[in-house]
Amino acid sequence: MGMTMTQKILAAHAGLDKVEAGQLVLVNLDLVLGNDITSPVAIKAFNQMGKDNVFDKEKVTMVMDHFAPNKDIKAAQQCMMCRDFCGEQEITNFYDVGQMGIEHALLPEKGLVVSGDAVIGADSHTCTYGALGAFSTGVGSTDMACGMAIGKAWFKVPSALKFELKGKLNKYISGKDVILHIIGMIGVDGALYKSMEFVGEGLASLSMADRLCMANMAIEAGAKNGIFAVDDITRAYVKAHSNREPVVYEADADAVYEKTYVIDLSEIRHTVSFPHLPENTHTTDEIDEIKIQQVVIGSCTNGRLEDLKAAAEIMQGKQVAKGVRCIVIPATQKIYLEAMEAGYLKTFIECGAVVSTPTCGPCLGGHMGILAEHERAVATTNRNFIGRMGHTTSEIYLASPEVAAASAITGKISAPEEVL
Amino acid sequence: MKMTGKVIKYGDNVDTDVIIPARYLNTSDHKELASHCMEDLDDTFTKRVQQGDIMVAGWNFGCGSSREHAPIAIKASGISLVIAKSFARIFYRNSINIGLAIVESEKASDAIQEGNVITADLDNGILHNETTGEDYAVEPFPAFIQTIIENGGLVESIKNGSIK
Repeated sequence: MGMTMTQKILAAHAGLDKVEAGQLVLVNLDLVLGNDITSPVAIKAFNQMGKDNVFDKEKVTMVMDHFAPNKDIKAAQQCMMCRDFCGEQEITNFYDVGQMGIEHALLPEKGLVVSGDAVIGADSHTCTYGALGAFSTGVGSTDMACGMAIGKAWFKVPSALKFELKGKLNKYISGKDVILHIIGMIGVDGALYKSMEFVGEGLASLSMADRLCMANMAIEAGAKNGIFAVDDITRAYVKAHSNREPVVYEADADAVYEKTYVIDLSEIRHTVSFPHLPENTHTTDEIDEIKIQQVVIGSCTNGRLEDLKAAAEIMQGKQVAKGVRCIVIPATQKIYLEAMEAGYLKTFIECGAVVSTPTCGPCLGGHMGILAEHERAVATTNRNFIGRMGHTTSEIYLASPEVAAASAITGKISAPEEVL
Repeated sequence: MKMTGKVIKYGDNVDTDVIIPARYLNTSDHKELASHCMEDLDDTFTKRVQQGDIMVAGWNFGCGSSREHAPIAIKASGISLVIAKSFARIFYRNSINIGLAIVESEKASDAIQEGNVITADLDNGILHNETTGEDYAVEPFPAFIQTIIENGGLVESIKNGSIK
């Protein structure tokens, strides 16, 4: 019985020739991540573990992104605690305001993750790096502390679902539409405890930004991790961002998958998740008029340069609808600069949107765009739970940058074709 | 491990944003987190919860964010055990790591009603409903996880060298 991509990476990092689903393994980690919300809890736990030093100061990283730039005094104290800890421990990859970006956009950009790595992060969207062919998963703060202390984490080896992609995406359709479609199909616990493995000839039409977005939302189907087969697009990305050599793990021909889904990318339409679960998906051609008050384009899901480019091209020369607040958040400093040089930021500002410094901000109802009662937002973020972006009666509709941009112009949930 | 408590019951997909809204994540103080536990789903929870109470829920309990503040808030509220049909995976491991007792049972979740009194004997895998007299069998934890639980969580397990 063969192994899946995920099982092979776990076996290699546990020093085993073979693992099977259900087995408990202690895995050696290549990277341990935390942010300004989860790290303080981890630092407290680390200090109780009786270790003087982190296992490897190059392999621990902290990113101040959730409530940074500090939204209030308590948030400032939390960032200070992380800053002091990283200073004392001489942690190389500490990213503060000025260098930071949203963690899951930042780490691949900085080349901190390559194919074949095993990564944990005290943030549920750590599954993003599966796009690079790595095993990467979200954990809590105590797991992060354990990772910092001994460089290991315990895992139950997951079974897997296979997503065989074929065909090609149509114009103005992106990775976000694909992953929302999949979550709508299998549900928010459709992949609970499992791996989602993405393979097939359809990968060729998916950019790295599409794949990062899709792997990012594997957690929204309950998955332990999402992982993409490594191809030339992955290799080129890793080569451009890291000096480390990627290690490629391919699934065995007789690997066991609980189920295989064949997805024809050419059939994917503009998909929107209605409140209050990501599985409540509808396509834009089947919905009635839904007026909105806010649009957010950004987050670890969709704050990359490709996302801003797609939005800017749709918004170019138009105006944000009266009564709509459109907030654009480039995910990292590099993306911010490149979007400025490419003229996208000028486009956004001229059409009446605002552009923020990188932050998770409104995605989790932190700051920079909180919703009042009964307000509706279209967001390129990843969760639309009750109260996620503000008041408990507010509503979040998850969508692609293309749909979000078009909706900002019309003031209602719209497909890009309506404004082009 | 044995506990007895009165049941507070919720439905499916109780997410970490309602267990502890992100607006309170600027602190990791256990008491402060407990004072806002469940407030976006049930603003009566903090007023009625008693030390030792048992929370019962449906599928996919604790879905969403990795915030350990969620099981911390529940534990600090006085909840001694969470019974659900299934748990989101990060919530599941966080609960084990911090020493919040959790157990999966579809049958128990369906049968147990709000206000029932439950005695849980986790070593022997039995939930007894004192109100109705029913028993529900549950799976014991695998040995490795049992070690973490017996040590009182992951921090102690590392500290005493049970996990290296």
